Amino acid sequence: MTAATTPAGRLLALGRAEATLLRRNRTAMFMALALPLVLVGALSSILDQAAERTPGLDVDANLIAGSMGVVLLIVVYCNLTTAYTARRSELVLKRLRTGEATDTEILIGTAAPSIALALVQCLLLGVGGALLLDLPVPVNPLLMLLGVVLTTALLAALAAVSSAVTKTVESAGITTLPLLLVAQLGSGLMVPLESLPDSVADVCRLLPTTPALQLLRIGWFGTDGSAPSEGFAGTWGQGAVPLLLAAVWTAVAVWAARRWFRWEPRR
Amino acid sequence: MTDTSRSHPAVEARGLHRRYGPSGPSGFEAVRGLDLTVARGELFALLGTNGAGKTSTLEVLEGLAAPTAGEVRVLGLDPARDRAALRPRIGIMLQEGGFPGELTLAETGRCWAGLTSDARTVDEALDLVGLLPKRTVRVKQLSGGERRRLDLAMALLGRPEVLFLDEPSTGLDPEARASVWRLIRDLRAAGTTVLLTTHYLEEAEELADRLAIMHGGRVVAGGTVDEVLADHPARISFELPERTGPHAALDLPALPGADPRIDGRRITLRTSDLQGTLTELLGWAARHRVALGRLDARSASLEEAFLAIAASDAATLPQIGRAA
Repeated sequence: MTAATTPAGRLLALGRAEATLLRRNRTAMFMALALPLVLVGALSSILDQAAERTPGLDVDANLIAGSMGVVLLIVVYCNLTTAYTARRSELVLKRLRTGEATDTEILIGTAAPSIALALVQCLLLGVGGALLLDLPVPVNPLLMLLGVVLTTALLAALAAVSSAVTKTVESAGITTLPLLLVAQLGSGLMVPLESLPDSVADVCRLLPTTPALQLLRIGWFGTDGSAPSEGFAGTWGQGAVPLLLAAVWTAVAVWAARRWFRWEPRR
Repeated sequence: MTDTSRSHPAVEARGLHRRYGPSGPSGFEAVRGLDLTVARGELFALLGTNGAGKTSTLEVLEGLAAPTAGEVRVLGLDPARDRAALRPRIGIMLQEGGFPGELTLAETGRCWAGLTSDARTVDEALDLVGLLPKRTVRVKQLSGGERRRLDLAMALLGRPEVLFLDEPSTGLDPEARASVWRLIRDLRAAGTTVLLTTHYLEEAEELADRLAIMHGGRVVAGGTVDEVLADHPARISFELPERTGPHAALDLPALPGADPRIDGRRITLRTSDLQGTLTELLGWAARHRVALGRLDARSASLEEAFLAIAASDAATLPQIGRAA
């Protein structure tokens, strides 16, 4: 450390410190590691019941895409809302802003360990699920990757926005609830969209978290369940609208985060 | 840029205003037309009561907040616009700043070293403030004073050319304060420019080459300690013996430049010429064989100057002795 800092070096320094903090936070680790497993178990039985009412429901596709969504939601969104709130109330964010790191670097560096953890879990879910459920090879991995990137960016930005209205770490459980409910019920995580009436499903497809999550499923299985399965080329057609919507929602969330994020506790 | 920047003062503010909230009565103007120049290598103290506008001023100089009006330069650079160029050259210790409680001091230092160009080693920085033995202790286990010293150590990591310290010794016990003062003096001796705020007068008296007293968002007095005190009278007080009666005060000699205040037998004189007035007084007492009880003569102290300023209404004070 005898030279000028670089953006990558600063992100690494922030990320490493935050990773240590994440490891030492038992609640966060439990939330990040155990809760997704519990929810995936619950999801599996919910989907089995739904399949009885909705003939032709692709249980495996819903399970895989839904599990990844749940993991990203809990590990990225909930964890980060808490982390941003904690660092703000400890005046850590305020102190960091006196240093060489830019505001964006501070936010991304703080988010990095949670995001990395979520991505590793998604990878494990994907590989494990594919082997256990004997799933086909993803049709459009690029679209899947875009889905993961957009979901992650969207949820991290939404976490920054949520933390702006979260005064204490304890109240994060309440402030994250609205989005958690909307995403789990309306974005095809706990309730498959194809089991809903078409008009309701169409509205659900416009919710902030739905389009980005749809990309995961379209990328892997060639369809989100509302149309016949497509090949690589066809998935771009089916994924075009969700891709656009996901990008718009992510841009809106990033804008909102920049507009409303608070670096210091309210006096 | 760095070649020419040698000729710039370390810190310069011209007509600085900082307002919170909207214009009009619902907002609050914390800084109202502040002028300030800190030369390279100088140790400058910004004094003031709580709410005088010290921290509000410092935050603008540090580039953490934008001024409502006025010009600010640090090492010739704009603290906000030239942030990336300036930050590696300055060190900041906030009045209230935090480090995650669950990290050890060494982990905290490692993170900050990664955010600091040309950083000292973490151990060296911790050693400067006497915290090296606590390197494996978690921040949450530190006392308030130890946290302040950790904060100072992190501000010193990059060997800053200009160091901003917002109330560096608040919350320290006397021993820790003495060692922080020693450290600040050493830094100054090594050429670091230090701008510190304090409401401890002896801190300013002890450390500062120059100081400015802020009141109501303005600099109301500034200069060296002697210059600031020159504007404030010395004080002589004594009691006349009982047998002289209350009218004895009328027998006092004419003391040029002194302003006597009589409270029964107790007399207080304010004078800008302590030695002259005292000589006259003692001569008179010797000639008339008057024993002056509880005789006390003292030069103006920074404390007196400060209290006089703090007690007065900011609006009625002239902007004397600009810090520039």
